[in-house]
Amino acid sequence: MKVAYYPGCSLHATAKEYDQSVKAVSAALGIELKELDDWACCGATAAHSTNFKLSVALPARDLISAEKDALDVMVPCAACFNRFKSTQHHLDHDDELKKEVEKIVGKPYTGSVAIRNPIDIIANDIGLDTLKSRVKKPLKGLKPVAYYGCLLLRPPEVCNFDDYENPVLLDKMMAALGAEPKQWSYKTDCCGGSLSISRAEIVIKMVDKLMTMAREADANCIAVACPLCMANLDFRASAGVRLPVYYFTELVGIALGLQGGRDWLKLHNIDSVSLVSGLGLV
Amino acid sequence: MTQFLQEVNDRINGVPIQRCFHCRKCTAGCPLATEMEFNPNKVIRMVQMGMKDEVLNSSTIWLCASCETCVTRCPNDVDIARMMDTLRQMSIEKGLSVPQKKILALHNAFLTSIKMFGRINEPIMLAHYKLLSKDYFSDLAMGLGMFLKGKITPFGPRTRNMAAVRKIFKETKHS
Ligand code: SF4
Ligand code: SF4
Repeated sequence: MKVAYYPGCSLHATAKEYDQSVKAVSAALGIELKELDDWACCGATAAHSTNFKLSVALPARDLISAEKDALDVMVPCAACFNRFKSTQHHLDHDDELKKEVEKIVGKPYTGSVAIRNPIDIIANDIGLDTLKSRVKKPLKGLKPVAYYGCLLLRPPEVCNFDDYENPVLLDKMMAALGAEPKQWSYKTDCCGGSLSISRAEIVIKMVDKLMTMAREADANCIAVACPLCMANLDFRASAGVRLPVYYFTELVGIALGLQGGRDWLKLHNIDSVSLVSGLGLV
Repeated sequence: MTQFLQEVNDRINGVPIQRCFHCRKCTAGCPLATEMEFNPNKVIRMVQMGMKDEVLNSSTIWLCASCETCVTRCPNDVDIARMMDTLRQMSIEKGLSVPQKKILALHNAFLTSIKMFGRINEPIMLAHYKLLSKDYFSDLAMGLGMFLKGKITPFGPRTRNMAAVRKIFKETKHS
């Protein structure tokens, strides 16, 4: 299958290893990615907190550009995913706003392409059975908790992705890779998001709680799908409670036996190499 | 008093917040409630009561992390997250002195980066944030760590059609 690819700012910077592992896994699973032409930032929390129209117009320009190719758009960053889904929701439900935004962007919006995150594409288009059949190194001994966070799921009528209080797709994917996902009640709790820079002390409390709860669930690592969750867990958690954190695509890549696994993990702050090398996976 | 409520409802453009029957489910699930000056359901009540100055000057509206837990769980579909966005926007438009200056400084530094490059240029954005917030010394180690790992660089690719990006900023600017 072929999809358009919107990396967003994080995947070119703090989440480089997410970008690299998404690309490697997509190539291995036969998902062709075409990077969206001349994309701009989605505006993130900064735009929707301060200026509603700006928060719709910025993603709208990228959405309209994607419609040219008539390809669905893969958006790995949960924060960008949420902004795109929310923009579509507003444009589909508010005609006046749609007209105004079309005037600003200078082109019509047709709402003809779907915004998809890679968990959805791998689980629903490629299929977990196919994924399982492709595993070369089962992740035996890896006990992740799947952490979905806020922005893939909420609000549910906008995101349209998995059960919003008890999502399971990432857990199922981890099981398909041979890992032993642990159940916990914090799958969809918030990591503090962009308060990480402006109010770090609050975010430290939030991620320490997540790490502590993951340990209580007997997990030895955390699997994430969001650069913001990764940055907060990986850089903000206190020394006594840390667990290694992995982008789920890194774990898929390692299980498929792809090259580059160790290089992705070296970019993390908390040591994430020892666990998987101790299990003989990289 | 009704004017404030009306204005907030108009801007939310969805379920009127009078639908709230104060079950406090939103507050029970709010991850930031313990840090807030007023709980989310209390803010709703204050808007209903027309307490405009108290609401627009409160730190609560800036501490909301937009996790959307409240609106997801509200039995009446009251969009509290959107209300928080709206209240922040009203406070900016009125030029009020924001109690959580560092939070707003980060938003402004972020948007300036988009206006300049179309994308976020982390080192420049963070340097700008430090100037705006006067928070010069926190997180230098974290930034340096990311820099040494080659994660952040001032030379990342930029958007080519900056005229289109600037046009968006210009035409969405509130008067
Ligand atoms: S959950 Fe909804 S109805 Fe209940 S207090 Fe909050 S806003 Fe009001
Ligand atoms: S969106 Fe804001 S008010 Fe609502 S639960 Fe999250 S932090 Fe609390």
